[in-house]
Amino acid sequence: MNRPFGKLQMRVNGAVTPFAATPGRRLSEVLREDLRLFGTKIGCDAGDCGACTVLLNGEPVCACLTPAIRADGAEVTTVEGMASELPRLQQSFLRHGAAQCGICTPGLLTTAAALLRSNPAPSRAEVEDALGGVLCRCTGYAKIVDAVCDTGAERPAAACPVSGKAVGARLERLDGGPKVTGEESYGADLVLPDTLEVRAIRSPHHAARFTLGDIAGWAAKATGKVEVFTAADIPGENLFGTIPDFVDQPAIAGDRVRQRGEAIAIVVGEAATLDGLDLSTFPVDWTPEDSGIDLDHLPEADLHPTRPGNRMIAGLVRCGDAEGALAQSAFTAQTTIDTAYVEHAYIEPEAGIAWLDGDTLVIRACTQAPVMDRDETAKVLGLPRDRVRVIPAATGGGFGAKLDVSLQPLIGLAALRTGRPCRMVYTRSESMASTTKRHPARMTGRIGCDAEGHVTAMTFDGDFNTGAYASWGPTVAVRVPVHASGPYRTPNYHAEARAMHTNGPAAGAFRGFGVPQAALVQEALYDDLAKAAGIDRLDFRLINALRDGDRTVCGQKPGGIGIAECLEALKPHWERASDEVRVQGIAGSIRRGIGVASCWYGCGNTGLPNPSTIRLGITASGALVLHQGAADIGQGSNTVVAQLCADALGLPVGQMTLVDGDTAKTPDCGKTSASRQTFVTGKAAMLAGKMLRSKILVMSNMGDDATLSLEGDALTVTDGKAAREIRLGDLPADAHGYVLAAEETYDPPTLPLDENGQGEPYAVYGYGAQIAEVAVDMTLGTVKVLRITAAHDLGRVVNPLLAEGQVEGGVAQGLGMALMEEYIPGRTENLHDYLIPTFGDMPEIRSIFIEKADPEGPMGAKGLGEHVLIPTAPAILNAIRDASGARITRLPALPHRVLAAIRSAE
Amino acid sequence: MTAYHRPMELQEALDLLAAGGLTVAAGCTDLYPATTAKALKGDILDITAIPALRGISLDAGVWRIGAATTWTDLRRADLPPSFAGLQAAAREVGSVQIQNAGTVAGNLCTASPAADGAPCLLTLDASVELRSAEGARVLSLQEFLLGARRTALRPGEIVTAILMPEASASGQGDFLKLGARKYLVISIAMAAARVEIEDGLIRSAAIAVGACAPVAVRLAALEQRLAGHPVTEAAAMVTEDIVTPELSPIDDIRGDAAYRLTAATELVRRLLLRCAAKPAEAAA
Repeated sequence: MNRPFGKLQMRVNGAVTPFAATPGRRLSEVLREDLRLFGTKIGCDAGDCGACTVLLNGEPVCACLTPAIRADGAEVTTVEGMASELPRLQQSFLRHGAAQCGICTPGLLTTAAALLRSNPAPSRAEVEDALGGVLCRCTGYAKIVDAVCDTGAERPAAACPVSGKAVGARLERLDGGPKVTGEESYGADLVLPDTLEVRAIRSPHHAARFTLGDIAGWAAKATGKVEVFTAADIPGENLFGTIPDFVDQPAIAGDRVRQRGEAIAIVVGEAATLDGLDLSTFPVDWTPEDSGIDLDHLPEADLHPTRPGNRMIAGLVRCGDAEGALAQSAFTAQTTIDTAYVEHAYIEPEAGIAWLDGDTLVIRACTQAPVMDRDETAKVLGLPRDRVRVIPAATGGGFGAKLDVSLQPLIGLAALRTGRPCRMVYTRSESMASTTKRHPARMTGRIGCDAEGHVTAMTFDGDFNTGAYASWGPTVAVRVPVHASGPYRTPNYHAEARAMHTNGPAAGAFRGFGVPQAALVQEALYDDLAKAAGIDRLDFRLINALRDGDRTVCGQKPGGIGIAECLEALKPHWERASDEVRVQGIAGSIRRGIGVASCWYGCGNTGLPNPSTIRLGITASGALVLHQGAADIGQGSNTVVAQLCADALGLPVGQMTLVDGDTAKTPDCGKTSASRQTFVTGKAAMLAGKMLRSKILVMSNMGDDATLSLEGDALTVTDGKAAREIRLGDLPADAHGYVLAAEETYDPPTLPLDENGQGEPYAVYGYGAQIAEVAVDMTLGTVKVLRITAAHDLGRVVNPLLAEGQVEGGVAQGLGMALMEEYIPGRTENLHDYLIPTFGDMPEIRSIFIEKADPEGPMGAKGLGEHVLIPTAPAILNAIRDASGARITRLPALPHRVLAAIRSAE
Repeated sequence: MTAYHRPMELQEALDLLAAGGLTVAAGCTDLYPATTAKALKGDILDITAIPALRGISLDAGVWRIGAATTWTDLRRADLPPSFAGLQAAAREVGSVQIQNAGTVAGNLCTASPAADGAPCLLTLDASVELRSAEGARVLSLQEFLLGARRTALRPGEIVTAILMPEASASGQGDFLKLGARKYLVISIAMAAARVEIEDGLIRSAAIAVGACAPVAVRLAALEQRLAGHPVTEAAAMVTEDIVTPELSPIDDIRGDAAYRLTAATELVRRLLLRCAAKPAEAAA
């Protein structure tokens, strides 16, 4: 007979915990929604990512795949139990920088705990085998393995750097603590009393017209109250976007969808009511239309009337006479390369909650751009901006896709209409189908050089599939021709990139804005030319590397160009790797090869303003508060910006209290994109620190060399023998509550591009070069990347620990793009058909940091976040070719494509 | 309100099944991913509380893997070398998390063309024990797996065990899985072998390939060709012309059909090379 399941109880982290649930409810739902243990994260609900791993009677299981009934009478250990179980593991994660965004950290900690219980001193291979079921998109895994292997001894916490020594310190991230305890609160992790849930009805078609049916009748069949809102309910302008003149995407489609996954309605109700609803019965009549989702199948009809031929925009940069110079070059090479849609695959699907605070709509959601979210949401909802407040939730990875609004207008609408808090959590497939991607590209390039290997000219022509809506497509079309030369002298140049509409998912921002695709072309051709000219491939790049005083293809003379230093730093590694290939690589079924590729990347908006404003204040009681509005999505701006500010001010970074980018509390630091936060917000923070310092010095009549110390409400200024004390409690507070404060804005000086793409698009560039060492299986076409040596010029390394994390994570994404990642709409909307690298796919990564100070960057610093993945894929492809002869012209280099390329090269 | 049954006795489960309309749940690693709902859909018969269905045993000349036996159970079991391939497959199923929940029998019931367990079980001459309220029957694995996501399971029937004759549990087993990444990966192709060697000669070889046809297949012609030959020569005898007639791969996102034929042949070749490289002879 059916056993009665009335009284259930489990021991959660040692505590007897009764629970009530239907037996087949996912344990992850019981833990999170019923017991409010939000430390356990949900990344896919399919066992593909491991984020929800808990220990069930000591064994790691995906809580999302575990029926609640099986926890009855069982021991369940979640991340919330880690502090008592393995505090050293948590500390090790922080010390090694193993948590970036932190969304996968709970699952990693629990899984690692199970391993360490039975094997307290595991090898790296054992750690990889044990943790292989947990995906991480930020770190590249190496620091996680380091952390799990280093829990043997109790270690004292590292001392916080003293005044003036924060920049350059290997400082643990300042916001790391909650990430390892499970207390970090992401978009899905806040539920208020009376919260309603929001689900979207989405298009299963790439293109269709639709009419809505009897919605009231449908909603009436639900077990509880359900409200449905459609485009007709949107009070403002039903369009959002990221770039003026290209705002084209409806928050809820009205009568037509242009891509799969587009929302046509939202359904709002109590969670239990919605759980019982079959959304596939929603009354809508679809009339599918002809569609095309790739560059071979452009839609026949225009998706947007103002963009004839489905051409959204073209970017152009030209200088000299490229065709003429190519015709006279000693050697020329040409190639065409196709790339795939690439999914950001952050482990946190979009999530957030909205509620009304008086007449202010509050949105608390994942984001890379809180102020843009506020402005777009206000517009769609017909509210003045000051009646919308965006509070950034902890964000579980972004990589570009969380720059655009996703659910913000939807939950805002629901909250406005129902008057109750409304939460929405995307499913994995919903996240993948409806949010932006990296542009698929078809690019043809031609480069020439003289007999001594000097590059004479380059042409580049690329079509970029920008999908159904503009998103950041215009940025890609502009950035690509600016960067397609690579960081090399190219006196004659003609580069054009077109963003073409299809019915594929809107392609937008993804770490590098099209530059990683373009680099594939240029770096492949450099190998061809080096071979033709009989010059070592690394030397060929050194011959052509931009040097201080050189002009870029835009006619700009940047300061502090560090690419030659990066390539020089790689030389001994290149020679060592070349020797190893000579010894091991030439025969047999596994062949070794090496490749090298470079990057450069302008930090900040292209020839457009992008200011950041930092507020810094000291309260009467002596709290030093940094309003740091740069969204930290794991990359580390909370820490790096504070380090720069603290040293400029002259107080220890450890004394700073951080206030995040809550639009009600903190000035705009712009968006976390374009590798701009260390540079732009960092510089604003440095200026604010300096300004506050100078106010304090003036107040105390002390010189520049004076040192500051802050204890309680006493701010002491010491200059040699003299010391002056400022009693903070005696000073009047300003409108923000600070007795001493500074607010500084920094906007990088740039010159817009003219019709030939000439100008000064960026104030700061970063540079880098990487060597890939690979082994190619000549009969199976599989590729193992053995080692990546990455030299990057950061100008000034603000935090080496976090910088390494950026390199390793960028390499992982570059490796994925090169070897396995291919998003196919309607086919790979999950994390088992869409593959990202796992623990077992990563090479050893050696980071080398070059510090060639930038004259504009704060303390010389340059951006890094996007640079790091640009060289990886071209270096890997060049290494594959070196090993096997295979010229890969379509990414990703899946085994069957590599094998076909090997055979056609034979 | 849906029903959820979790009996402790097999007979109770069979009686419930006879009434019809139940979805059988074991590891749930395929059931949950099939829905975005917060709970399993429909009326459920959960067989994981039936002690008789869990475990691996040898009884009266038959090896038996109970239907609720997980991949982890299999991985940790002390089994003869002929099971080494199956245990290697167990280590490569999804992840530790999946291995701790997912069952060997469930893998067969889902009947994915890329089922990790199928090739090795074929080399062990496995059959499937089916029970219903009306009785029991045993089907060979080839009879059970009808096609992609299709089995011979009848309404009211469950798999209760996977059976392997002790006589087939001889020799050395091995397994190779080819995917586009290391962990959490669905095969592009895979191969399993169980080879008995005597005095350096192959006495018998059982070889199977997965993910290259709607169901995993034994390579009978190759097996016959290899019998009696020195193991050191075996790999060279694996040619596409003898492997590929048994296969009918498709083009999909993981690889194209032509590649799969090449890869399957190469995987089998490498299994035989590894077999020849093993120092000790695994006698019956």
